[in-house]
Amino acid sequence: MAAEPIVVVRDLSKIYRQGDINVVALDHVSLDITAGEFVVLMGPSGSGKSTLLHIIAGIDRPTSGSAKVQGIDIAQLDESQLADWRNQNVGFVFQSFNLIPVLTAAENVELPLLLTDLNGRERRKQVQTALELVGLADRGHHRPDQMSGGQQQRVAIARALVTDPALIVADEPTGNLDAKSAGDVLAILRSLTLTAGKTVVMVTHDPKSAAYGSRSLHLEKGEIAA
Amino acid sequence: MALPLRYNFRNVLVRWRTTLFTILGIAAVVAVFVLLRGMARGIERSSGNTGDPRNILVVRKGSQAESGSLVTREQFRTLQYLDGIAKDERGEPVISAELVMIVSAPRRAGAGEANTLLRGVTAGGMELRPQVTLKEGRWFVPGKREVVVAQRLASRFAGFEIGGTIKAGPDRLTVVGHFDGTGSAFDSEAWMDADEARSIFDRDMYSSVLLRPRDEAALTNLVARIQADKRLSLRAEREVDYYSKQTMTAVPIKYLAGMLGVAMSIGAVFAAMNTMYASVAARTREIGTLRVLGFSRAAIVVCFLVEGSFLAMLGGILGSALAWGVYAFVVVRGINFGTMDFQSFAETVFQFRVTPDLMLLGVLFSVAIGLAGSLFPALRAARLPVISALRSL
Ligand SMILES: Nc1ncnc2c1ncn2[C@@H]1O[C@H](COP(=O)(O)OP(=O)(O)OP(=O)(O)O)[C@@H](O)[C@H]1O
Ligand SMILES: [Mg+2]
Repeated sequence: MAAEPIVVVRDLSKIYRQGDINVVALDHVSLDITAGEFVVLMGPSGSGKSTLLHIIAGIDRPTSGSAKVQGIDIAQLDESQLADWRNQNVGFVFQSFNLIPVLTAAENVELPLLLTDLNGRERRKQVQTALELVGLADRGHHRPDQMSGGQQQRVAIARALVTDPALIVADEPTGNLDAKSAGDVLAILRSLTLTAGKTVVMVTHDPKSAAYGSRSLHLEKGEIAA
Repeated sequence: MALPLRYNFRNVLVRWRTTLFTILGIAAVVAVFVLLRGMARGIERSSGNTGDPRNILVVRKGSQAESGSLVTREQFRTLQYLDGIAKDERGEPVISAELVMIVSAPRRAGAGEANTLLRGVTAGGMELRPQVTLKEGRWFVPGKREVVVAQRLASRFAGFEIGGTIKAGPDRLTVVGHFDGTGSAFDSEAWMDADEARSIFDRDMYSSVLLRPRDEAALTNLVARIQADKRLSLRAEREVDYYSKQTMTAVPIKYLAGMLGVAMSIGAVFAAMNTMYASVAARTREIGTLRVLGFSRAAIVVCFLVEGSFLAMLGGILGSALAWGVYAFVVVRGINFGTMDFQSFAETVFQFRVTPDLMLLGVLFSVAIGLAGSLFPALRAARLPVISALRSL
């Protein structure tokens, strides 16, 4: 496994201004993540886990400091560059699945591919591969409301990896799932790091989930605890 | 690349309960719009097809319409011998002295009486109006109490069939034929011999004189001569100009259509806007998700514009179909619509038609409503910060 860090975070701070009060969500955070790692972010509520994840994934911007992913300082990208960058380099998994209710599983998985140059046949092939990877090859034509929570989250994982991104971020992906489904989802995420060389950064509150990761980080009031 | 259209279609259909009222509202607006347009166009066409650019119409100075004009027999004789009038095969000047009267006749539908215009014409009357052709029966014989009515009127008035009679003053006229005015204003007239008409109504004078100059130069000369003659005190103008002024009847309808159109489309735009704002609010997280996946703000704007247009277009298609239904019903039943002609106080029969191009116009109109109504909601959707969209869990 390459020892080259895929994510390099340096002196990263995020301060939210709420009226006159400054809320320090991240306080000079530095960290490296190596390609192929399964990093688990833990910590109390409000400690800045989601904020850190959002900045690494290019959906929020730091107040100061830098976050480089595969050598690219994403804070320097403008909005539309950032959108393209996200589309090509990051897969997202959310706590509440965030599937589009009017689209079928296959159509949901296909969404990120609509922004690529692939033609319809190529897209369908990739969608099918992604659905197979999460064990839902035969559920492509089902709508989200026809599937269980665990199945919906697996569709979301398929959507996250269909563009073959190097980095997958997941914010409490098992928060809405029963133990069995949570185990399936975590196993899939772990196998992605082991067999496909993906890097996964996952936020969780659950120590049992954390056990699937290759490394755990604890955030405390916006700082990484030793 | 944009989001697939089926995403928009399904979102509109899935929310049908909230969108149905908006769709029906837009349908009503489009139906009224198409019907009023069809009506105004019918009036315009019938007046537009009426005059002949080669003819001069002469009325009394100060008269707005034929029906309020008086031309004496001496004046007619003077006009007849003016230089520059075309001659027919027998060497007679192509000119017709005409008497225009309003007669009231019972409607076929049973609902009371309606006015129609009775025109007395002299020999040249038919030659001067090539757009009028006999369809059934024969022309009236001069000196007889006979009348030829427009085919289109025959379906609306009782007794207008061939062999039927029309009450005219103290007398009755026998219908001997039907003519077709090819959509002109003559389609709402009945014609008879002018001198016979004068005797029935006990009139010494005609209403107007229609004549055909030899050529364009003669036309200009004749108009100038008649206008300049203080003794004659008559007004001469091109027949087409006279009828295009009469088209003013269409102006109030167009005005009404315009006002109603604006008022109703403002209502429809707000209805569409309301629906689209609700849709954006309900889909905040979905929009955030799409942005996270890499869709641009522009893609989101386009997406909601498409969705608003599609929603409105459903209403537009429904409304155009509704208007066509009204039209089809009218045609099938053979009913012609009458509107008050403010100039002659006779009923103008006009051809009211809902054509495919009008229906297309109605659908385009609905798309415009949809675009206008979804612009601000679309901009709001695009302005949502990605992160707040995600946090609205
Ligand atoms: N948009 C915002 N405006 C103001 N303050 C914010 C905003 N977003 C986050 N914060 C604050 O930043 C801090 C860190 O928030 P963050 O969501 O990263 O915490 P978290 O560790 O993910 O918590 P949780 O476990 O509850 O999800 C919190 O104090 C939060 O209130
Ligand atoms: Mg969080």
